[in-house]
Amino acid sequence: MAARIHGGAGAGAATALSTFNPKKLVAPSRTNLPAARSSKRYIVAAAGSDASKKSLRVGHSQKLIANAAVATKADTSATTGTGHELLLFEALQEGLEEEMDRDPHVCVMGEDVGHYGGSYKVTKGLADKFGDLRVLDTPICENAFTGMGIGAAMTGLRPVIEGMNMGFLLLAFNQISNNCGMLHYTSGGQFTIPVVIRGPGGVGRQLGAEHSQRLESYFQSIPGIQMVACSTPYNAKGLMKAAIRSENPVILFEHVLLYNLKEKIPDEEYICNLEEAEMVRPGEHITILTYSRMRYHVMQAAKTLVNKGYDPEVIDIRSLKPFDLYMIGNSVKKTHRVLIVEECMRTGGIGASLTAAINENFHDYLDAPVMCLSSQDVPTPYAGTLEEWTVVQPAQIVTAVEQLCQ
Amino acid sequence: MATAFSATLPLHGSSQENRLCFPTRLPPSSSFLGSTRSLPVRRLNHAHAARRSPVVAVQEIVKEKKPTNPLLITKEEGLVLYEDMILGRSFEDMCAQMYYRGKMFGFVHLYNGQEAVSTGFIKLLTKSDSVVSTYRDHVHALSKGVSARAVMSELFGKVTGCCRGQGGSMHMFSKEHNMLGGFAFIGEGIPVATGAAFTSKYKREVLKQDCDDVTVAFFGDGTCNNGQFYECLNMAALYKLPIIFVVENNLWAIGMSHLRSTSDPEIWKKGPAFGMPGVHVDGMDVLKVREVAKEAVTRARRGEGPTLVECETYRFRGHSLADPDELRDAAEKAKYAARDPITALKKYLIENKLANEGELKTIEKKIDDLVEEAVEFADASPQPGRSQLLENVFADPKGFGIGPDGRYRCEDPKFTEGTAQV
Repeated sequence: MAARIHGGAGAGAATALSTFNPKKLVAPSRTNLPAARSSKRYIVAAAGSDASKKSLRVGHSQKLIANAAVATKADTSATTGTGHELLLFEALQEGLEEEMDRDPHVCVMGEDVGHYGGSYKVTKGLADKFGDLRVLDTPICENAFTGMGIGAAMTGLRPVIEGMNMGFLLLAFNQISNNCGMLHYTSGGQFTIPVVIRGPGGVGRQLGAEHSQRLESYFQSIPGIQMVACSTPYNAKGLMKAAIRSENPVILFEHVLLYNLKEKIPDEEYICNLEEAEMVRPGEHITILTYSRMRYHVMQAAKTLVNKGYDPEVIDIRSLKPFDLYMIGNSVKKTHRVLIVEECMRTGGIGASLTAAINENFHDYLDAPVMCLSSQDVPTPYAGTLEEWTVVQPAQIVTAVEQLCQ
Repeated sequence: MATAFSATLPLHGSSQENRLCFPTRLPPSSSFLGSTRSLPVRRLNHAHAARRSPVVAVQEIVKEKKPTNPLLITKEEGLVLYEDMILGRSFEDMCAQMYYRGKMFGFVHLYNGQEAVSTGFIKLLTKSDSVVSTYRDHVHALSKGVSARAVMSELFGKVTGCCRGQGGSMHMFSKEHNMLGGFAFIGEGIPVATGAAFTSKYKREVLKQDCDDVTVAFFGDGTCNNGQFYECLNMAALYKLPIIFVVENNLWAIGMSHLRSTSDPEIWKKGPAFGMPGVHVDGMDVLKVREVAKEAVTRARRGEGPTLVECETYRFRGHSLADPDELRDAAEKAKYAARDPITALKKYLIENKLANEGELKTIEKKIDDLVEEAVEFADASPQPGRSQLLENVFADPKGFGIGPDGRYRCEDPKFTEGTAQV
């Protein structure tokens, strides 16, 4: 069995990229991509872009395996028919279960993760299999059980801490900011905190303001943590596994409305790279950067745009902190126009940081100002119509692209 | 000023002398409910627990043991305790000196007067047991075994400090000695301590390892009004974690008197409310603390769960070196100064012929030299270089991400030199 397993922890030695060819920075066009997949909602990655990356990142052969898996996934699933279909929450569960089988130090803690199986069924069946201590039902005390997870991580365990809703983790902000993010540094590197903090966030279906929060903007400044957002069953499982194996504290953002997405994923083991973005749809005219649920709004808008004659390049940034400036940069250098579509608030969100990063690093390559479509700076209203207007809709994306591409 | 309240609740006004005496002679009675009035020292937990909660500490082992030695400690133990307390006191006094000479900066919180609590508990622990503290953590680190050199260098902000100069006074960490910090916000360390205790239980029950490590969490009276404290008491009792919650009740949270901020100032009572024994002990008396600690640690090692120990103690200096300490009554300070734990232990050792003046003077001289040497070492150590700024932010430096050139930022040679732009 060809297990495509990423190299994992530990930075590679500094490499001299002797075969580095600046001309190859631009990803090849999408002719390599199987045409049939370009319009499907859950494209995972284009084989083309990864092939180019392979030649560039000579020293990173270990990391490429993750991309290679993505590239060849299209072949294995489509041609040989292996792989199994499942929903996103099942993919998360599979990833979690595989890691718990692999390493007895991995444990889960959170509210209702044990006997109830998780409020979104991500931990279903795990308590029966692994016992009540490994899949710990905690009382309702986010600050304390997050801190407990951090203390357990410092002393050798690898907890996966679930916030029943990401918004509840606001109560754990003290522990996440002060301890989770900072202790590795303030202890002079003595203690590592290999926790994964995960939970569903984002705007759902009329859940009200407090249950519809996007915490990525609040957490992004915390030094010492990494943030990733999953959007498909494939990257959900891959990111879950990578996050658990990482020695850094990782916050994995899931979305309430994406749990029932169905996709076929490989049977063999794979993990996704925590720091890399995902090419969803290569294109020439404009770069659209997005993550989590907005990816699907963007792909919906992309259908309309393609019909109108545009060729958008869609990238799911996946890694919210740190940004994958390589893939983003390559794209900007090719298309010269950037649209960021996010569900975060306008003020101080991920989009705001990304706009700043792009302007700082790729200003010379831009033909138009970076445009960022975000949610309105309002507490998410309950009424359906108002809620719809709070988040970015496909029609707005189409208008923005048309405006940028004039 | 707490005098208006002290009349009704003789929290610190007990007639209890500082007597370290033969165990069957009980200390004089005090009207304070939580005192050891009706209990012989060994059965401290039992009566409280039986009266106030269904949780009872198993006492058979202690009851049946016939002490071959009528004293509470042997000579060796006594000298260890004495040396540890002298180390704590001298070190903190030296810190004050160094601070006023401009060698250390920021917030420095000194532990003078509370040495009995640290020594009483930590000297019973093994190297693999964990200690979690607050910002008043220098002495906890020293008692746990972190060298005076490492702590002093850390305070001076030098590379040779226990946290490479990155933590400072309030963040004393040591992986080797299982000192889990040093936390600046109060209450922040208690969940971390609960987690360390959880790991101990996990190792025993899931990983099937032979692990009976306990965790001791130290914090103050102010913390006992904080939510994290209660959340952790609940979880520790619920999961029967091997943890001991030690409240160093020195009656003041900076300028806030404990009696002014707490509806029910008797903190030990909050233990039984969660289903664990709550004990009150005279924290100025290292031998009493040690007896209670023995009981609590044994309980935890046997898997019977947590204990809440309230130590009535006092800090002789202000909250920190920046605190003018004007609110506290001089009479209160004088009363506790008379109960100095070091003087008391010295008296006990000499009166019970466990040591003579000469031996104790030798110890004091040795510690003085040790602390002087620590200062010299810290002075001579280098400051951290620029390249240290970005190290240790992440355990896996790939967390800094992929730069525009396609390489991981941490692989850029300029990154480790500290000159890269991130």
